[in-house]
Amino acid sequence: MNAAGDNSMIRWGLVIATYLIVGLMLVLPPVVVLSEALREGIGPAVATLADPDAVSAFRLTLEMTIASVIFNTIFGVLAAWLISKYRFPLRGLLVALIEIPISISPVVAGLVWLLLFGTQGWWGTALERMHIAVAFAPPGILLATIFVTFPYVARTLLPLMEQQGRDVEEAAMLLGASFWQILFYVTLPNARWALLSGILLTTARAMGEFGAVSVVSGHIPGLTETMPLHIETLYNGYQSVAAFTMAALLAIMAMATVWLRSVFEARALRLPEPDVQEGGRA
Amino acid sequence: MSVRVEDLTRSVTGSKGEKTLLQDVSLDVPNGEFVALVGPSGAGKTTLLRAIAGLDPATSGQIMIDGRAMQGLAPRERNVGFVFQNYALFQHLTVAKNISFGLDVLPRAQRPSRTEIAQKVSDLLQLIRLPDLGSAYPYRLSGGQRQRVALARALARRPGLLLLDEPFGALDPVVRRAVRTWIRSLHEQLGLTTILVTHDQEEALDVADRVVVMQDGRIMQDGNADTLEIRPATPFVMEFLGESLCFAGQISRGWFLADEAHIEPFQVADQEAGPAVAMIRPYEVTLVPEAEGSSLKRTGGRYGMARLLVDLGARSVEILRPEAEMPAVDGTKVNLAISSARLFRDGHLLHGKDPVVSAVTAENIRASEIPAHVLSAN
Repeated sequence: MNAAGDNSMIRWGLVIATYLIVGLMLVLPPVVVLSEALREGIGPAVATLADPDAVSAFRLTLEMTIASVIFNTIFGVLAAWLISKYRFPLRGLLVALIEIPISISPVVAGLVWLLLFGTQGWWGTALERMHIAVAFAPPGILLATIFVTFPYVARTLLPLMEQQGRDVEEAAMLLGASFWQILFYVTLPNARWALLSGILLTTARAMGEFGAVSVVSGHIPGLTETMPLHIETLYNGYQSVAAFTMAALLAIMAMATVWLRSVFEARALRLPEPDVQEGGRA
Repeated sequence: MSVRVEDLTRSVTGSKGEKTLLQDVSLDVPNGEFVALVGPSGAGKTTLLRAIAGLDPATSGQIMIDGRAMQGLAPRERNVGFVFQNYALFQHLTVAKNISFGLDVLPRAQRPSRTEIAQKVSDLLQLIRLPDLGSAYPYRLSGGQRQRVALARALARRPGLLLLDEPFGALDPVVRRAVRTWIRSLHEQLGLTTILVTHDQEEALDVADRVVVMQDGRIMQDGNADTLEIRPATPFVMEFLGESLCFAGQISRGWFLADEAHIEPFQVADQEAGPAVAMIRPYEVTLVPEAEGSSLKRTGGRYGMARLLVDLGARSVEILRPEAEMPAVDGTKVNLAISSARLFRDGHLLHGKDPVVSAVTAENIRASEIPAHVLSAN
């Protein structure tokens, strides 16, 4: 057999192997989840979603997601702006710090919040005296979610903003634009697809967060259970139709977000890049 | 608007310690003048331009625009038009919106009405000869078109001062020449004061009233094309402004004697004796037949000038002579006469002698006619 035939054999082998692995590892789980949810038909499945604890979990997840997306969008834009447009001491350290949540296990993060805000924690007694509940309450869940989804907006914006450089902003400045006018008319519109992509990534990640939230929330059904936590509770209680229905709902929400993101990314790619290649700097 | 820069110094602290980008730079640009800043990359031209625009702070010294000190005045308050090297157009806005940006961001009280802005944009589109491209996005435009849009955008708020950073850098040579002429005519038509940064000395000499040559963060010389050509302040200026030949030698008793063979000595008035360097353009060298001289080799030519390689022993130099002269020198041995050279000592032009005047009046003197005492001193 000649070399070309050899190559095409290997290529096809690789393609088939890749599809097999993707099918087994990535496609099978959501399919199984969906089929388990619908085992007794769509009626009973939908009925489980009307359960007050399920509704509460759904609502809490939405609230936490929206709040952490808002916080991390504002922070991410500021951080990316600062890091890409200015030079300041320990700038590299800041970039590394922002990435901490990607490398640290979410459980560790949850434990840190408990250590700080729990009843036995550093600030626990003081907070209790002021009747502020953080641990085992929505504020703790929010902190945990924000921590876990911290890097995504900043990380998706950074490379784009670095590549764009300061020129367009300086041009706007010289044309009389104020700081806020530059941010809203120039910087953000220029980075809008990356920003959207980062926001959607944050959304998907915030909805699905389990580890950190699990530690800090205390698993109180109807009060501090988000969808992922509620799924676990249901499953451990042998309510598998309810568990898989909620899991399917969560999976669909996440996949919709990711699909939206890929649509935006495709659009962003279709737009030509700003002409940074043309003419180097002196 | 007039611009006055006084003792401007800018240094930055980087990873390799303190670096001086501008060193005691002073510059005076009267209203309506077209000035070009030239120099190799890293000379500080763009840094100076950015300092005038207020984009980079100065370490010391000051900048006055129209007699008003600019210290502490933000770029947006200076009313300066600036065109960036890569144009820095807003990619997400149409050409019309790019041009009207400076008007759109004005506070409501000062902002012209919509119809006035639209009229202004259409006037500017007319001015840059792109009347139909208002609704296009920048990525659809060619390099030359983008550059004109960047210029229109900079002109929308009627600045009195226009700063251009390497405006021709990204254009191909044919477009370049056209845009250069057009910018010059725009400068005159609008009565602007223009400061242009370029690393291309030809471009600078062509388009500007005055050329400021910079090197290592300092201004080496500031003058019009003739001054720079006739009296370059330093060997660097001479070399930067065009092809040049350099001959080391001695001044002795009123004569310049080159260290190398085959170079005719020439008379220099009122110069102290000592080492000196003679620099000359290749086309200013003349040939003197000499039996003991050097051989010539033709290597090419254009514009009616032949390029000749002259063997000086340790090295060869290239000179330019009119083709008409060729039959006479073909196959002969020659010496080089360089009496129109500029003389430098310790890196500075020696004064007291006008090289061009001497080029016209000085006779090329044969070696045999030189007084013996001069030769013995060499």
